[in-house]
Amino acid sequence: MPALEELEEAYNKAKRDASFQKELRQLQSTYIGRPTPLYFAKRLTEKLGGAKIYLKREDLAHTGAHKINNALGQALLAVRMGKRRLIAETGAGQHGVATATGAALVGLACDIYMGTVDMQRQALNVFRMKLLGATVKEVDIGSRTLKDAINESLRDWTTNVRTTHYVLGTAFGPHPFPMLVRDFQSIIGKEAAAQIRKAEGRLPDYLIACVGGGSNAIGLFNEFLDTDIRMIGVEAGGKGIESGEHAARFADGSIGILQGCKTYLLQDNDGNVLDTHSVSAGLDYASVGPEHSHLKVSGRVEYTFATDDEALAAFETLSRAEGIIPALESAHALAEVIKRAPVLPRDSIIIVNLSGRGDKDVQQVAKIKGINLCA
Amino acid sequence: MQKTRISVVFEALQARNSKAFIPYIMAGDPEAGTTLKQVSLLERCGADIIELGVPFSDPLADGPTIQKAAGRALKSGTTLRKVLSMVRDLRLQTDIPLVLMTYYNPVFKYGEEAFVHDSIQAGVDGIIVPDLPPEEAGELIKLSRQGSGGRRLDTIFLIAPTSTPVRIKKIAAASSGFVYYVSITGITGAALEVDEEFKRHLALVKQATDKPVAVGFGIASPDQARIVAQMADGVIVGSALVKVFNETPEKAENFIRGLKEATSK
Repeated sequence: MPALEELEEAYNKAKRDASFQKELRQLQSTYIGRPTPLYFAKRLTEKLGGAKIYLKREDLAHTGAHKINNALGQALLAVRMGKRRLIAETGAGQHGVATATGAALVGLACDIYMGTVDMQRQALNVFRMKLLGATVKEVDIGSRTLKDAINESLRDWTTNVRTTHYVLGTAFGPHPFPMLVRDFQSIIGKEAAAQIRKAEGRLPDYLIACVGGGSNAIGLFNEFLDTDIRMIGVEAGGKGIESGEHAARFADGSIGILQGCKTYLLQDNDGNVLDTHSVSAGLDYASVGPEHSHLKVSGRVEYTFATDDEALAAFETLSRAEGIIPALESAHALAEVIKRAPVLPRDSIIIVNLSGRGDKDVQQVAKIKGINLCA
Repeated sequence: MQKTRISVVFEALQARNSKAFIPYIMAGDPEAGTTLKQVSLLERCGADIIELGVPFSDPLADGPTIQKAAGRALKSGTTLRKVLSMVRDLRLQTDIPLVLMTYYNPVFKYGEEAFVHDSIQAGVDGIIVPDLPPEEAGELIKLSRQGSGGRRLDTIFLIAPTSTPVRIKKIAAASSGFVYYVSITGITGAALEVDEEFKRHLALVKQATDKPVAVGFGIASPDQARIVAQMADGVIVGSALVKVFNETPEKAENFIRGLKEATSK
């Protein structure tokens, strides 16, 4: 608790501090490469034959995903707080890579917790983190995925709180993390609003993003919450809701309390957290950021899901139609675009958050397709 | 309203200038029958209060030993409901104070009101919910103090080495029965170093409250128990005991007796 209060205080100070904001803006532009483009996906639009589809290209941010927006912000904050070490959890490895990058940039030690199941399916990112000077710590307990990596990170933070800052990677956990992560990610929506006004002279009709913990989605949505733009969050439907092997918290979960927040959770009748499944490590998580639960209950955002198969099909569709290989996480959002765009009028506009690039997933997709890359 | 068994025990110990030995075991590790036998043994070896862990899928405050114990207990189907049923069975054989240590989500799912009612009816004396800070525990504290059938439930909160004096007072005020001082910044089963800083902070806690203060997390040997007992009102031993019960159960009795002797002298 004192650590959370310390963090909130430091963050509130930084928010008002012109020199912090200036440093952040400068690195966003010269290091991350912001603003990321808003790209009109002409061939995908023609192929689907309905709404105009724009991709917010977070895959072009340094390290290949939106995760760097938050990791860099928190790394700068940690330096201000006098911390000597960063830790983070990672599922798909993108947040681990982003945090290792942030740590290298500001010169802090870095340990990344990652479930052994995820280490196998995201071997490339494990090696990237090591190249960046971080230590990757195996989490070989529980479901051995993102949830358990968060548990281990929280345990580490409790133990080393005096010297260590925990760079939580998504808009989740105890306050002030959901707020902090949302704020650092909200640049996505701010840029998108300005870019679409310039391109189309108006705001879009739909925003679509995938939702694991929910940081890329809240980053896109936050700017538009006061408008009447329809927003859709896409969870991991895994092998289908009936199969029980999925991570669709809104479709099949109920309110619970985990890892410091009250939110939708996949749990059994006794309050134990259920195992989840998704082809995408970044969405393979039993819980969801509390603000998304609020937006679900208030009805402001609509939540749906895409199955593994739908996401894999979308992964290939975008690769061929646009020459852009999306992350499997982002492919879930694209799967919803593929379902929805054809039935919308041609003058309507969708912005989909292309939260990450798919290089990290290439090996796994090959494996699923039965292709041996080393042969 | 009756005094809780916990308060009765601490008063009796204080009267003879002795300290409480409080062992922790994981309920249902690896199955319910084992728990009943372990409680008997603990009582026979002089335990003053017993903490029963309720297994949870995501035990954030626990180190590997208790995480694994929770895994074994969950595997054999142990749930909060079943732990309450174990307590009912235990009450046929013993009057020793029993404290449940459970994470909050199982309680939330059970329903706070039903949980407090059923716990009291089963014969539970106190609860520790490590992931529930006092700020969020208003309703649970109220229900526990109101009690049921003339009996109430003690609510025991955790003070950390990083807790400020203001916060120590707040946590102590929310606690009844005793206050749980977490001896290390970290998780259960990590190594405790009884150094000057530990002593200084524990003294601060003792000063801030007249409620009994029991110390836990990281106490693994009679030597450590002896030093802690010189300053605290109770000594809690969890991971080390869970480990002995799991790996070398034949050594459990000697280990427990050693801890009891170190604590009470």
